[in-house]
Amino acid sequence: MSQVSGVAVPAAEVAPPSVRGTSLLRRALRLWRTRIGVVLVGALVLLAIVGPYVAPYGPSTPVGAPNSTPSGTAVLGTDYLGQDVLSRLLYGGGSILAMAVIATALGLIAGVAIGLVAAYSRNALDDILMRGMDVILAFPQIMLGLVAVAIVGPHAWVIVVAIALTTAPRVARVARGAAQPVVERDFIACSEAMGVPRWRILSGELLPNVLGPLMVEASLRLTYSIGVIAALAFLGLSPNPNGANWGTMIQQNEIVLPVQPWGAAAPIIAIALLTMGTGLIGDGIARTAAGIDRARGEE
Amino acid sequence: MNWFRPGGVWGFILRRLLLGIVVLILVSVVVFLATQALPGDPARAILGRSATPASLAALRRQLHLDRPVLDQYLTWVTGLLRGNLGTSLAAQEPVTTLLAPRLVNSAVLVALAAVVSIPLSIAIGAWAAFKREKAFDTVSSILLLVLAALPEFVVAVVLVILFATTVFHVLPAISTVPPGSRPWNNWLALVLPTLTLVIAVAPYVARIMRASMIEVLESDYVEMARLKGLPERTVLVRHALPNALGPVFQVIALNLAYLAGGIIVVEYVFNYTGVGGALQQAVVNHDLPVVQALAVLIAAVYVILNLLADVATILVTPRLRSRL
Repeated sequence: MSQVSGVAVPAAEVAPPSVRGTSLLRRALRLWRTRIGVVLVGALVLLAIVGPYVAPYGPSTPVGAPNSTPSGTAVLGTDYLGQDVLSRLLYGGGSILAMAVIATALGLIAGVAIGLVAAYSRNALDDILMRGMDVILAFPQIMLGLVAVAIVGPHAWVIVVAIALTTAPRVARVARGAAQPVVERDFIACSEAMGVPRWRILSGELLPNVLGPLMVEASLRLTYSIGVIAALAFLGLSPNPNGANWGTMIQQNEIVLPVQPWGAAAPIIAIALLTMGTGLIGDGIARTAAGIDRARGEE
Repeated sequence: MNWFRPGGVWGFILRRLLLGIVVLILVSVVVFLATQALPGDPARAILGRSATPASLAALRRQLHLDRPVLDQYLTWVTGLLRGNLGTSLAAQEPVTTLLAPRLVNSAVLVALAAVVSIPLSIAIGAWAAFKREKAFDTVSSILLLVLAALPEFVVAVVLVILFATTVFHVLPAISTVPPGSRPWNNWLALVLPTLTLVIAVAPYVARIMRASMIEVLESDYVEMARLKGLPERTVLVRHALPNALGPVFQVIALNLAYLAGGIIVVEYVFNYTGVGGALQQAVVNHDLPVVQALAVLIAAVYVILNLLADVATILVTPRLRSRL
């Protein structure tokens, strides 16, 4: 055995047992809760994407008397304006889902970048970045969304930016916390000594080693983003005041619950199943990453 | 007293306090810049396109927009510190008179939710840890996971469907507190808003309590206590529980802080007369002075609760205390 490989073998052992993203997901799928979550999210995403093409009526077409109960013409009845509840349900998921996914993705990218840079810098920059994050963290998510809408107006991009802005510091904290012990390890010092550019150390060495906690955080953040965006619509602040949007539908039909419960109940069930699904997926990944229940899941 | 040395407990609390004040100052700057000094004309944003030049000029004077930005900020902040929050544009009343009774109502709601949810969730978490992998643990963990994923407004409307409108008619769906009345005068109306907040908060605290309790139950000193022949009750209540509470404080405080945001939606659903509902109305009415005041107020509550959480965690965890 040559000298070189004699050095290389322990070096390979020193590298952390990195759980790569895809294998973590595959292992998480052995758990029933993750599978149920994937089925729920898959069904709701399918509903939101295919829905507009299969809806029996347009989202704002009057089809009968307001608040009529389910019948042959309107399977889930009509809403407070006489629009078909089923059609609005099929149209109403796309905007919430798209906004939540974009906002969460933006927040994740910004948060991971800030968290990794802070952890890697190990100097005043770390303090400055994280105290900056503390300032944003002082605003509850929904409040920052409300204030942003109050100032600029209820445009889709305002809501997306506000949610991304409140997602980033929470992700940054997790990314920094997970990266701090990794930064101290020998293979990082080794890369530095080899003259690997800083951004490649961050993206190639640091990032793959913090993917586990980040994926847990990502699903948690997506769950919250869906909740907050739907809640803003429910509070009457959506890009389109009479748009087919699950949050708006709940707000509009809540008053007529005693007469026609489906106008509010159908979108409630949709949002509940969707957030339950993302929550279950997150918990499945978290359990797999922590190594809990792995044996039981394989049964 | 070595407690006062820079690395001691008081040194830590002092540093944390100063940091909190810095964050609060920055928060006030952000709120001010965002609402008042943003490019564009706040007066026009408030009054809309149909505003006359005269009314625009009057509103600009009322908001002090005709003065330099730093001057505007200092006037606003000193007013804030003296309890003068400006005049509501919608109600034409001082913001303080408008918000004071609502603040009391919201505090009652949050306090009630905390008093119910904290012992409940600690008990559920501790019992689930004790009955680990048994039926209670499995059922409660799935239930808590599902409840934690639901947005508050979904929980609130489902409760309305279940208890106030469609299924049963046992509780009021509207919880407005009339002027001059107090929330506890009509305690039945408090049940559903409180229950919503409890459901929003309890799952997180219970899950952390379970994890923390499991760790403690596997520790050597609990083993020791059992081997000494102490009754299981004593082991749980005297030895395990107090030690498991440390990490839970942080989560409790974080969740109370979360309630500061959660009340916005819950108060709106139940038409409860509090600051959260007021914020929603102020946003819809473009009432900037009220939005500013509430944003700073809610952020301050958030920062203070986080500060208390950090201090409490340090004080109840001797290991952390010595490592400062």
